[in-house]
Amino acid sequence: MSFWTRFRTNIGAMVGVVLLIAVIAIAVFAPLIFANDPWQMVQRPFLPPFSREDLLLGTDTLGRDVAAQLAYGARVSLLVGLVSTLVALLIGVPLGALAGFYGGLVDEGAMRFTEFFQTIPNFALAIVLVAIFEPTLSSITLAIAIVSWPPVARLVRAEVMSVRKREFVDAAMLAGLTKRRILVRQVLPNTLSPIIVMASLMVATAILLESSLSFLGLGDPNAMSWGYMIGAARTVIRSAWWLSFFPGVAIIITVLALNLIGEGLNDALNPHLSRRKGRA
Amino acid sequence: MSVLAIIVSRLAKAALTLLAIAVLNFCLLHAAPGDPAVVLAGEAGAADEQMIAQLRERFGLDQPFGVQLWKYVSGVAMLDLGYSFRQGAPVIDLIADRLPATLLLTGVAFVISLVCGIALGVAAAARVGKPQDSLLTTFALLFYATPLYWAALMAVLVFSVWLGWLPGFGYETVGAGYTGWARVIDIAKHLVLPALTLGLFFMAVYMRMTRASMLEVSNADFVKTGRAKGLSDKVIRRRHILRNAILPVVTLAGLQAGQLIGGAVLTETVFAWPGIGRLMFESLAARDYNTILGVFLVSAAMVILFNIVTDIVYRLVDPRIGARA
Amino acid sequence: MSTLAIEHLTIGLPEGADRPFAVEDVSMTIDKGQILCVVGESGSGKSMTANALMGLLPRGVTVKAGHAMFEGRDVLRLPEAEKMALRGAQVAMIFQEPMTALNPLMRIGDQIAEVFAAHDRFTQAERRKKALDLIREVQLPDPEKIIRAYPFQLSGGQRQRAMIAMALALEPKLLIADEPTTALDVTTQAQILKLILDLRDRRGMAVMFITHDFGVVAEIADEVIVMREGRVVERGTAAAVLKYPQHDYTRRLLDAIPTGMLPEQRALSETPALEIKGLRKIYRTGGGFFREAREVRAVDDVSLTVARGEVLGLVGESGSGKSTLGRTAVRLVTPDGGQVLVGGVDLAALPEEELRTQRHKVQMIFQDPYASLNPRQRILGAITDGPIARGTPRREAEERAKELLEVVGLGADAASRFPHEFSGGQRQRIGIARALAMDPELIIADEAVSALDVSIQAQVLDLLRDLRERMGLSILFITHDLRVAAQLCDRIAVMQRGKLVEIGPVHDIFLKPQKDYTKQLLAAVPGSDWEQRNESA
Repeated sequence: MSFWTRFRTNIGAMVGVVLLIAVIAIAVFAPLIFANDPWQMVQRPFLPPFSREDLLLGTDTLGRDVAAQLAYGARVSLLVGLVSTLVALLIGVPLGALAGFYGGLVDEGAMRFTEFFQTIPNFALAIVLVAIFEPTLSSITLAIAIVSWPPVARLVRAEVMSVRKREFVDAAMLAGLTKRRILVRQVLPNTLSPIIVMASLMVATAILLESSLSFLGLGDPNAMSWGYMIGAARTVIRSAWWLSFFPGVAIIITVLALNLIGEGLNDALNPHLSRRKGRA
Repeated sequence: MSVLAIIVSRLAKAALTLLAIAVLNFCLLHAAPGDPAVVLAGEAGAADEQMIAQLRERFGLDQPFGVQLWKYVSGVAMLDLGYSFRQGAPVIDLIADRLPATLLLTGVAFVISLVCGIALGVAAAARVGKPQDSLLTTFALLFYATPLYWAALMAVLVFSVWLGWLPGFGYETVGAGYTGWARVIDIAKHLVLPALTLGLFFMAVYMRMTRASMLEVSNADFVKTGRAKGLSDKVIRRRHILRNAILPVVTLAGLQAGQLIGGAVLTETVFAWPGIGRLMFESLAARDYNTILGVFLVSAAMVILFNIVTDIVYRLVDPRIGARA
Repeated sequence: MSTLAIEHLTIGLPEGADRPFAVEDVSMTIDKGQILCVVGESGSGKSMTANALMGLLPRGVTVKAGHAMFEGRDVLRLPEAEKMALRGAQVAMIFQEPMTALNPLMRIGDQIAEVFAAHDRFTQAERRKKALDLIREVQLPDPEKIIRAYPFQLSGGQRQRAMIAMALALEPKLLIADEPTTALDVTTQAQILKLILDLRDRRGMAVMFITHDFGVVAEIADEVIVMREGRVVERGTAAAVLKYPQHDYTRRLLDAIPTGMLPEQRALSETPALEIKGLRKIYRTGGGFFREAREVRAVDDVSLTVARGEVLGLVGESGSGKSTLGRTAVRLVTPDGGQVLVGGVDLAALPEEELRTQRHKVQMIFQDPYASLNPRQRILGAITDGPIARGTPRREAEERAKELLEVVGLGADAASRFPHEFSGGQRQRIGIARALAMDPELIIADEAVSALDVSIQAQVLDLLRDLRERMGLSILFITHDLRVAAQLCDRIAVMQRGKLVEIGPVHDIFLKPQKDYTKQLLAAVPGSDWEQRNESA
């Protein structure tokens, strides 16, 4: 069975894909779907959901359109999730690859460095970084990347070490190829599957992290985000529960979709690990 | 290598790590936009010229970088984490005051999540492919995707506001003047919602890990040996699979203690739980950097200590480790 | 009456498998005190038959038809509870991988005592005593210590003995042994085989012994059944099957393993292709703050020469340092001392950059056909990478690659395919083509046929022999299997614990070994007696 057949027949993964496509579509087409600016007061504050057709999810404490806020919040979540994951990969993959491939002192140094970052409670570090460098989209993204790369480095190192032991790498050495070429052309391509799986799960974690930071008031004040919405509505939860409820559901749906896709990818890329098969 | 030797070497390593964090803290303070003296004063309000000048002198901010660094790090080594101008108290005192509440919350949440997570993971693995397994894994997936603080808010809404079963704020009933057991019960009641909502996410994590680990170990050759001996599936699961499967889960759980502390910041914020997480949140709004960095350092120290304990427990449980080292 | 009688057993595979039945219409009987060897290559269904008897078939694999009568009952159709009572008590089983077949977290004594507990026999104290007796019976040293040991503290052979102790605990009437010596060194294998023979004599139990190795068959079998693709192709007494095989397949299997007929001696060239002088490699493990370092002399002052056009066999058991020597000779491992001279150049002394330009002189054929080709690279790339890196124009390199694929018997169209499209034997041929593409002065074959089934092994050896004649290849042939070495090599070098024990022409080593270790090694080769009988016949 090919990768696609396995992925397509995984119900969970397909549900994840559909949900994610929906979230992406809403984020991309937010200005077309919602006429209201998410920052602008459009109605009286605390309008309950489903009470007006044009304001499906009601209004917030300042009379702003909650549905529009959700749509624009999707942009921030997806953007921060994706970019911070890419940055984390940019740090973690080279570091792990060099450590695993060259071993010795390079490995020792790189792993001590990674261990140090892994020991530090990552959410606390993210808080400290964003608090000190003023919350902006880029500082938040960078902070999340800085606390998320160590697992990547460890995974890549372990994978590279296991691939490096395989005989085709020895064969490439004997063919007179340079070490760098062997690492890039022979070893790294064989570590791709687990990196892809991990990356998809990291986007989900990054979205959760971003929303948590925003919830604490460490969001970019110029970007509407789900965590900020919940944080702002926290004090009025007794009277206006929906202001906290809907953004939370949006986060769950997005994170769940990404996790489902990640698991689907894992099952499809490593079939021997996930399913038991009868063999002669 | 004896356990004592391991402890000594691990403590030495821990001291180095903490030293590195102290240096990191110092660098962050200096990297923060603006005059370090003003940063240190935070929004202490007054921030008049005279006070800033005093601060500059007190922290030697006019001295060379190396001297400043040495002063800061040696201060940290003496448990001097600076002064919170906002709260008008040394940071270490503020933290010492709040630490017990955090230890209680995270400790209870950790035990609940680990015990329940492992139990549910074992249950799911035993029924792999059956409806109960699907149900459990679906719930785990859902909890895994739920933001901690949102779960906490919803718990307050449902169990405190709507149903009125449990208190949704604080550590104990203020002004009730409970003593002895009555106080313990009061605190326990206040603890239920924060501990459960903090534990829920981690329970999902541990359940998924346990399930995967159980399934993996059940393919091991020695499981087949067990069946060939005529052992029942129940005995094999309990005596052979479980122990081998749980070891990695417990190690990973130990390594994840740091995340639990991070989660505590959120949970304590929602439940107004008077721990160091709440302290950090309050300091964020006040831009009280000394306190923020102090909490950061102490939470890292807690994680390191916890990792050492897990490591030693692991060495005692797994016969292979001690011999290999 | 026979202990076990299997009648018309058919085992179905799940849908999507490469064939509908793992085992088809198989019948066999084993009498009390008899050893029946079930012989076959991988995929022959021999292990499935054993697993079916034990009720240990993998998920999705089911018994479709047939009976297995044991003590008047059909064990294939017993309710689960009765099967459980039978397993370990009446029918016991030991497995191929002693390294993984024991629970790593449980003491050996407890794992043995567990058998009694599972069947509710004896008190706690009696169980301990019985476990001690069993450990003694399988001749493990220092029983009091072994009983408290964890599996990782035992060697492979010791673990297999512990497994046997466990199997014997309740005096089963039938012992099923599924390739129990395949993962062991020859000398250990010989000891375990002897132990099984002794126990059979002493206890009079029936043994079903599954193996792929006719040498082992010759050592212990009373009766033999040969299986192929799920069917029985031949059966009879050991003597009859070994001497007068009826079926073509059996004959091929027997031909494939060397008969002890040594190749004719060839005249060797005077010019050396490879000279190794005083080579040393020491591995240091551990070594840290609180630990003291341990030293293993993997290669300890070894000197030898491979003449141009010669095949030198390098034999030894695991841990003898033969593979390290091979890897040092191609400078995949840098030695701690000594010289590796190829065409006058000392590979051991070259700096990295210069080494890369000299790499082509010595090439290697690897052991694991599944790990030696990059799964993401087409065959053409795998073969041409080296020549192109050396400066051969791409077109020329590709032409040559296709030629070489023809030479190794695969055909030029193999070039555009990926490794997963080939079988293990075919992959080894690709590995050979890859080595030849560099026009090396010497090829090192590191256990190059060990991972293959015997019949495939024979084909690859034929190819190597053919290439040796046609291209005048010089080969350092590293193997643990003396029988394989005998087929191909002009001279043999024997290694033990890093040292060169003995080196000489193949006839001298096999017929007039000088050193005790060489004699031991030769005596341990399964079926060696029978080989000599065959030779004299």
